[in-house]
Amino acid sequence: MKTWRRNVLSGYSWLMLVFLYLPIAILMLYSFNDSRINAVWSGFTWKWYLSLFDNRQVMAALANSMTIGIISSVLATVLGTAAALAIKHYSLRWRTFVNGLIYLPIVIPEIMMGLALLVLFSQVHMELGKGTLIMAHVTFSMPYVMVIINARLADMGKELEEAAQDLGATPWGTLRHVTLPLIMPGIVAGFLMSFTLSLDDFIISFFVAGPNSTTLPLYIYGLVKRGVSPEVNALSTMLIVCTVLLVIIAELFRRKDSKTITY
Amino acid sequence: MKTIIHLDTIEKRFAEAVVVPPLSLTIEEGEFLTLLGPSGCGKTTLLRMIAGFEEPTSGDIFLDGKPLGHVPPYQRDMNMVFQQYALFPHMNVEQNILFGLKMKKVNAAEQKRRLEEVLQYVQLTELRKRTPKQLSGGQQQRVAIARAIINNPRVLLLDEPLGALDYQLRKSLQLELKNLQKNLGITFIYVTHDQEEAMAMSDRIAVMNKGRIEQIASPAEIYNTPQTLFVATFIGENNIFRQASTCTAVRPEKIKLYRTDEQPGKHRCKGKITDAVFLGNLRKVFIRLDGQDQVVMAHQYAGDGLDWQVDDLVAIGWSQADEVKLPC
Repeated sequence: MKTWRRNVLSGYSWLMLVFLYLPIAILMLYSFNDSRINAVWSGFTWKWYLSLFDNRQVMAALANSMTIGIISSVLATVLGTAAALAIKHYSLRWRTFVNGLIYLPIVIPEIMMGLALLVLFSQVHMELGKGTLIMAHVTFSMPYVMVIINARLADMGKELEEAAQDLGATPWGTLRHVTLPLIMPGIVAGFLMSFTLSLDDFIISFFVAGPNSTTLPLYIYGLVKRGVSPEVNALSTMLIVCTVLLVIIAELFRRKDSKTITY
Repeated sequence: MKTIIHLDTIEKRFAEAVVVPPLSLTIEEGEFLTLLGPSGCGKTTLLRMIAGFEEPTSGDIFLDGKPLGHVPPYQRDMNMVFQQYALFPHMNVEQNILFGLKMKKVNAAEQKRRLEEVLQYVQLTELRKRTPKQLSGGQQQRVAIARAIINNPRVLLLDEPLGALDYQLRKSLQLELKNLQKNLGITFIYVTHDQEEAMAMSDRIAVMNKGRIEQIASPAEIYNTPQTLFVATFIGENNIFRQASTCTAVRPEKIKLYRTDEQPGKHRCKGKITDAVFLGNLRKVFIRLDGQDQVVMAHQYAGDGLDWQVDDLVAIGWSQADEVKLPC
């Protein structure tokens, strides 16, 4: 009876995993397919990957994604960390309210946010392009940074900062010598998370991108309109692998125990 | 004796709740003063106001006659030893201890000299490169103290510094702390809820209850002549006899037991033994008084040859000099 139930349950969880990952696995598999036609397997090849590096449009999109990703995640990390540090000093009721407002963008449908940003940018007559993309990406990454840093700060408590002040450290000295070193793993995790979100974003970018600011996801979407080619599969595979790696690294930093870090 | 800290009618309210009602207190230079009271009595709040982490709602604190008003913690010439030590986890022992001198930009040679001195003093020289995580509770406590005293503070504030340690270690550190205070000549303000600790170390104890100081005196005075009912019952064990508007407190060790036919002139009341607990050096005997609900506790020292049993009928007595009259 017991083994029977366990078998059903484990079978069910395997089925769930297949359901979640089969489409991605197929996409990845066909990126190594020698044939142009997706449905037929005719042998293993790296050629689609190699051809990507010869494609000027792909390289331009990659460069855009990298520029926007790095700039927006640096900005989101700096602004998010500063905001988290500031909110900590508010009274509890005010803090709960502000935190609620800040987390809201995480649950707002992306299409709404994209539309709202587009309306805003056109209201202030801002030309769509890398600038608007960076601003949009900062807007949706910052809440994630704040969630991570807030957790880190709550974990740290106030005693260490008080001890620093007691020993003669000014507020600035306390921040520099105690608070920042202790939340550094959270800051790194927040940065990697922002970069991943920026690299992956399609919906919001779709609304606020301009003619010369096509990012990789936008480029892939453009290609798919003309049919799913093996190049698209190869490009998507690379994007997936990068994302997964970044998320794993971010998670390792986020979980790093503040009591064990040494510099 | 010179006054080092003076609290002038300071009060602390959080929202509507009064944590510390207006209170004044004078602390002498070089003394070991303990704030003793049950948890929630306001003793930690009082300490944090002296340190500068909380601002009094009204009133002022004076250090050497100068009002501390809005002086931030980092400009007050005192240091605190925190309950959980609050050692910086990303620094080793040496860096932790040097933190204060670095912040005050003391020159490197002086830093090194004082570091060696303090390390030797608290016997941490061998462990100087370890991180707090690699230290035992007692060692962490030494680092916390070293980190404070290296700054030569005028006053050292200690917030239940032994609370996290086990009983044996606590006992030996009590004496060490007391000796440290004597040798350094620094004023100690020590917060604890452990009366034994307070008794063992303090020059004066301020017994606190609901934010008020019930009595401030030497340990012996607090024990022998408590001024309020709270002090009489909070410190040690006591028998309280109520008569109209006054209470009489008699310590259990002052109560004598007699057989009912023995020395009738010294009897005060009679009763029956309900319990007798053997504790090695003494026997705690509980007597229910005849015709009353009250149970009296008497400590009988082992070796007096008397063997009291449950259900024995006894008479109790005490000398007038051992009575303490209290308002109640």
